[in-house]
Amino acid sequence: MSAPGLDPTFSDLPHRRLGDVALARAQELGASHADFRLERNRYQYLGARDGVLQTASDAEDLGFAVRVVHDGAWGFASGVVLTDDEARRVAETAVAVAKVAAAMTTTPVELAPEPVHDDVTWISAYETNPLDVPTSEKAALLVDWTQRLRSGAAVAHATAFLQQVQENKYYADLSGTRTTQQRVRLQPGFEATGEDAESGIFDSMASIAPPVGRGWEYLTGGHWDWDAELAEVPELLAEKLKAPSVEAGTYDLVVHPSNLWLTIHESIGHATELDRALGYEANYAGTSFATYDKLGTLQYGSPVMNVQGDRTQEHGLATVGYDDEGVQTQSWDIVRDGVLVGYQLDRSMGHLKPELNDGRSNGCAYADSPGHIPIQRMANVSLVAGADDLTTDDLIGRVERGIYVVGDKSWSIDMQRFNFQFTGQRFYRITDGRLDGMLRDVAYQATTTDFWGSMEAVGGPDTWELHGAFNCGKAQPGQVAAVSHGAPTALFRGVNILNTIDEAGH
Amino acid sequence: MSPSLQPSAHLTAQQLVEHALATSSADDCIAIVRDTTSANLRWANNTLTTNGVMTEVSMTVVSFAAVGGGVATGSVSGSASTLEQVTALVTAADAAARAGSPAEDEAELVGDVTSPDWETGPETTDIGVYDAFAPALGEAFVQATAEDRLLYGFVNHDVATTYLGSSRGLRLRHVQPTGHYACTGKDTSLTRSAWTGGATRDFRDVDAAAMAATVAQRLRWAERRIDLPAGRYDTILPPSSVADLMIDAYWGAGARVAHEGESVYSRRGGGTRIGDKVAAPGVSLFSDPAHPGLECAPFVIAGASDNTDSVFDNGLPLGRTDWIRDGLLTGLLQTRHSAGMTGQPVTPMVDNLVLEVGDGAGTIGDMVAGTQRGLLLTCLWYIREVDPQTMLLTGLTRDGVYVVEDGEIVGAANNFRWNESPIDLLNRFSAATESVPSFSREWGDDYFSRTATPALRIPDFNMSSVSQGV
Repeated sequence: MSAPGLDPTFSDLPHRRLGDVALARAQELGASHADFRLERNRYQYLGARDGVLQTASDAEDLGFAVRVVHDGAWGFASGVVLTDDEARRVAETAVAVAKVAAAMTTTPVELAPEPVHDDVTWISAYETNPLDVPTSEKAALLVDWTQRLRSGAAVAHATAFLQQVQENKYYADLSGTRTTQQRVRLQPGFEATGEDAESGIFDSMASIAPPVGRGWEYLTGGHWDWDAELAEVPELLAEKLKAPSVEAGTYDLVVHPSNLWLTIHESIGHATELDRALGYEANYAGTSFATYDKLGTLQYGSPVMNVQGDRTQEHGLATVGYDDEGVQTQSWDIVRDGVLVGYQLDRSMGHLKPELNDGRSNGCAYADSPGHIPIQRMANVSLVAGADDLTTDDLIGRVERGIYVVGDKSWSIDMQRFNFQFTGQRFYRITDGRLDGMLRDVAYQATTTDFWGSMEAVGGPDTWELHGAFNCGKAQPGQVAAVSHGAPTALFRGVNILNTIDEAGH
Repeated sequence: MSPSLQPSAHLTAQQLVEHALATSSADDCIAIVRDTTSANLRWANNTLTTNGVMTEVSMTVVSFAAVGGGVATGSVSGSASTLEQVTALVTAADAAARAGSPAEDEAELVGDVTSPDWETGPETTDIGVYDAFAPALGEAFVQATAEDRLLYGFVNHDVATTYLGSSRGLRLRHVQPTGHYACTGKDTSLTRSAWTGGATRDFRDVDAAAMAATVAQRLRWAERRIDLPAGRYDTILPPSSVADLMIDAYWGAGARVAHEGESVYSRRGGGTRIGDKVAAPGVSLFSDPAHPGLECAPFVIAGASDNTDSVFDNGLPLGRTDWIRDGLLTGLLQTRHSAGMTGQPVTPMVDNLVLEVGDGAGTIGDMVAGTQRGLLLTCLWYIREVDPQTMLLTGLTRDGVYVVEDGEIVGAANNFRWNESPIDLLNRFSAATESVPSFSREWGDDYFSRTATPALRIPDFNMSSVSQGV
């Protein structure tokens, strides 16, 4: 099969002409930097419940934005009418906003240098755009999933969903960079719920399949064993409904990548965004305990902890060829042998700390729509697998009294990324190196550096999986971004486990 | 869909709606145009950072087509500034409906209602909304720098004008101004943090100097640090924190999932808990599109169907809806479809929320003055559901946990992670103030800013562990 090409309904848009008009007007008005982004995002969401398609909606977000630096201040404006006059007007508005901002800008904006990328095109790795697949085919798949789940004796209700995105961007700036890009991603999922008649307890069991930067082939090819999981989930739910409630205390944990990715996201991914570490998110998402003065000295975790940022990983949700400031994307170390060694950067953050990445951004600027200003967003941040080729069974075999955690559910972390609490889909008691039945009502709570410091071993490459999320929120106005996190199965010693029924009290 | 390349910037929203309805070949069609402008300022480290003005005109077309066994729907949204774009949306929605299967929420469409101001153009905002605020903010930066404080914050104002037209004769218009402000302050050693924030409709009532002064006062309160362990504390939740928790209680109040046994509002053995006591006597939770200061759309606007929305309900009038009255659960979020399933009244979601306590009186200052020893929170953060059966939520305190002794604030404690259920708290509180306009720190920015809530005093709030975060 040949690789997909650029969608002609995007390439036919007048992005070059509008960009040239807007950039010329911004330059005429005295902007020292100006960039133009024309973007079209297509979405389709399908949701089914109990054998019926409940939601089917298509959406398209089309527009353009002009961002300027004028007298050292940022200005930004966006519009949706694709005419030369509107391109000029939006450029003028961006400069006007910068003039309002200039009086209150005490640190002039400057950008790290980036080579010119003259008229380059990048398309993500996929075979079939899911938005090109007939909706009826996708709806039938979800309806079938819910019907198959409901055949399980313990299942009272079943839901399934499929979110699909096609993202097209054209970027141009005054330095001469011109990039045109296309990405596809999709997130399927399902969940079964049921009630134990004896206890009155209800609970759920969801798919642990990750969202991916792939096409429709994710659902029809051999990338994930959907049939096996659909058959397994009702039985897992039945076992969970009968499982004993966990006794709160300290346990060793073996954590599967389907759960660990979210802990990585919250406690490493966000904590190593340089804008957060420098205070630029302080009013909203917060700052970071991994402050800049700790670079090279902070013992983030145990010596087996190695973490990389990567905007180039094939099928990653944050993977792109060039970011929204025209920077060619890269990969780099964030934690090496347990020590903090790197941050995620955009061009303005890169300028503030020129000793990082040879004074260059590492390509982490992103805006989720033409109506939003690019901000520093997360790369794919992943825990590196161990060289010893340990299996998950090897790790479980090292535990005398512990819990094996699979799948994500609830998550929360403080505004400096110290204190977190996570739950999961499945918790198995480990006794003397073997799985010993399921547990319920489990949450693990820890401080970031204590948790990663307690990581005794990581699994080998065969245990490594890429998981992630579509909906990471950041910034004001709020934006969402999709991001992947890879991890091997990993072993942690002495983690605090809560019983969530006890926590509810009363 | 391929948008037109032709200039056509002068089309009105009404023209876009009429073109959609005239173009559709489906059995029925609903067109929703949303014209939005917004302006924002953002700052950090005593300097402005990212600021912008955005404009957007989007349309959602919902087509309805008779298919074997019922009516199928298709919902397509997109930017809409040309007739060609609208035509493309309609064509796609019609095709989706014809290819669809019967909708389970089928109901008679609402018809023949026209807003008196239907013919009026959209209302807008621009950067000028900060003409008074911006210079005062600049002065606040200068003062904060001189006094070794750092300010971080965000103000946003948007005005959305919605036009809803249908082939059954609906011509409804609603203008929604939404604004909010928030400011976090820190000392330059980053060991103390304070926050204030609120909602507004037009920024005429927001004073940047007063905002900065509030933050400065709260930082002074924190000059004395008192380390406390995890445990259960007599805790005053301010209106902003109560708003955070009540929004979760509201969003989790879908009738269908409750009826099907999947929420805190489910009755064990089957059905919902409507009619059951779920809160202390005197507690009322309601929504009202006409509530002064919290005005919102008085009719249903639904671009797609799900558990709590139905496209068939578009245009249904909304009025005051009691969710909890005198401690009894009286309503859940209902479409006509779920109301049919549950045998209960149709009570769709309304875009505001008010919590009142019958004997609630006084201000949060009065509550502090009446506290012998306890904690006063500023706000809550990163709230997520842990267990739907109890609606157990987890989250953290943030930007100021103040220690109260003998009616006075005597210092600031460390932050905590907490685990609590908002429904449980409505039974356990020991005192309440009058309800006042409030602003949820967690959800107010982007999702739900129109709330009025009291402060509540909880005698045994579960601070599950200490957070080192500042």
